[in-house]
Amino acid sequence: MAPRVLVAKPGLDGHDRGAKVVARALRDGGFEVIYTGIRQRPAEIAAAAVQEDVQVVGLSILSGAHVSLTRKTVEALRAAGADDVPVVVGGTIPASDVPRLKEIGAAAVYPTGTALDAMVESMRELCSQASRSST
Amino acid sequence: MGLKPFYEPADASGELPDPGAFPFTRGNFAGGYRDRLWTFRQYSGFGTPEQTNARYRYLLKQGGTGLSVALDLPTQCGYDSDHPDVEEEVGRVGVALDSLRDAEILFDGIPLDRISTSFTINGTAAILLAFYLAVGEQQGVARAVLRGTIQNDILKEYASRGTWIWPPRPSLRLIGDTIEFCADQVPRFNAISVAGAHFRDAGASAAQEMAFTLQDAVTYCDEVVARGRMTIDRFAPQVSFFFYTHGDFFEEVAKYRAGRRRWARIVRERYQAADDRSCMFRVGCVCGGASLYAPQAHNNIVRVAYEALAAVLGGVQSMFTAAWDEPFALPTEDSTTLALRTQQVLAYESGVTAVADPLGGSYYVEAMTDRMEEQLVEIMADLERQGGMVKAIEDGYVQRLIAERAYREQRDLESGERVVVGVNRFADGEPPPEVAGYEMDAADRARQLERLASVRRERDSREAARLLREVGAAARGDVNLMPVLVDAVKGYCTLGEISDVLREAWGEFQQPVVF
Repeated sequence: MAPRVLVAKPGLDGHDRGAKVVARALRDGGFEVIYTGIRQRPAEIAAAAVQEDVQVVGLSILSGAHVSLTRKTVEALRAAGADDVPVVVGGTIPASDVPRLKEIGAAAVYPTGTALDAMVESMRELCSQASRSST
Repeated sequence: MGLKPFYEPADASGELPDPGAFPFTRGNFAGGYRDRLWTFRQYSGFGTPEQTNARYRYLLKQGGTGLSVALDLPTQCGYDSDHPDVEEEVGRVGVALDSLRDAEILFDGIPLDRISTSFTINGTAAILLAFYLAVGEQQGVARAVLRGTIQNDILKEYASRGTWIWPPRPSLRLIGDTIEFCADQVPRFNAISVAGAHFRDAGASAAQEMAFTLQDAVTYCDEVVARGRMTIDRFAPQVSFFFYTHGDFFEEVAKYRAGRRRWARIVRERYQAADDRSCMFRVGCVCGGASLYAPQAHNNIVRVAYEALAAVLGGVQSMFTAAWDEPFALPTEDSTTLALRTQQVLAYESGVTAVADPLGGSYYVEAMTDRMEEQLVEIMADLERQGGMVKAIEDGYVQRLIAERAYREQRDLESGERVVVGVNRFADGEPPPEVAGYEMDAADRARQLERLASVRRERDSREAARLLREVGAAARGDVNLMPVLVDAVKGYCTLGEISDVLREAWGEFQQPVVF
């Protein structure tokens, strides 16, 4: 079965060129992709992740608010009983924030400049780990 | 588009009226930039109104000739700084303006009778205009003297930039109201700046950028003309345009020349303009954006300089040159100054301003201009076939076209088919500079929240409640909303409160999700 992924844009930042390019690349890479659209609250993202039964949630954040929004999304997933769903984060993210994001609970971080194919492979690996650990 | 190895007389269309003559292919003015340079307008704003005010004073001291206000996302989306959903966004990508008090501080010591101010604001544009009129009044500047622009272009927000609030119908009504109000009372202020820039940065081609924008402009003009109170000649001079200038030099020159000619023809043919000045395409642009890259970031200085030259040879009226560190940081005072100097060197040293439309008559440029205009006509006809711009956006059609091209562009970059120096060719493997976002510090944040609280505490709260009810009633009726909005901001009703009242009356936009 194709891995299912939720591509989500939390916060008010409407720049979704990256989110859509990533969603397309994942679809072309054999994923089933659900895209939330822009300006989603963390609780809405968590609800969509549960409802769509996805194996991974990908956040796209370009406003610089990635630390706070990632933390809120991870917390919302936990509150929704979906803390086993890994969260990955992409966008304009300084290298120095990567450890902080991982500490908060991001399974992977893809800063601007990450090659699409590398990101798709990394997410494929995450999904297969997730399905191995859940069986 | 496929290019020939060289161009010759047969490639260019014959007729080419002089600069300053309809259809303005060669520019709006006979004197080109000899009589009047373009406006140097650097986009700027961050944190609190005090911090941004200081940056504006600095920019004006350095020879900037207009302000361009960057607002934070809560202000753009209609939330006050204390809204629980937006705490991490306050003051981040622009300055936070919650009430008239913030606007008073933002323009403190800045003479609104002598400078022009452009606001990149859309959903809440009418409220920002009300702030500006109220500050002008406090400074003793008559409405008839105020100069500036509100972007006020909601259609491209739905399709690419994302700061929509209300659905298309009431949004178009509010935009129509601002256009009529400005035509009546604020005659030197552009009530709208129809913007292609965000289509472009989202992935649209140069031709799509221009065509989508012209189609948006037609939608707005249709709205006003259909009201039957104003002819096109009453308000067209207050409609302006805004684009990105990216790196394909001659394509950009052709884009501006073709767009100017197409708009002139639309205004004359579709709306029967009597005055040729109504047909003028007044255009500002930004150089940079998605054409800049973080690796070998100093290369961006060169990119922006070439883009600025293309914009000038295309005949723009105002320009923002992005700073080289824009892809990864809030520009510093140094990088912002260098970006401004890039324009100044072009304007005062390069000699390109000496003659109007110096590229006019080039076989190649004229052929490119003709070909570009043909593409504009084709794309606009396609949008009409989709049922017009509102329908094409509600269906996600425009968004899909843009997403397609963004994806292809990214693939071409990664495959090396599209060469970017320092990124996929002549790359040195050095890690790109560290991204440094602007973080509002706790004290500034507290100051912003405290000011908002004190505005709510100190105003006449019964009067404020009454003013908000007036806004709601006007929104449900069909009077022009601007006068009640001006009253509401003068009574220190906040931007978030006013937006909430309008949300209640009008609902919110439901985005189609396509990729």
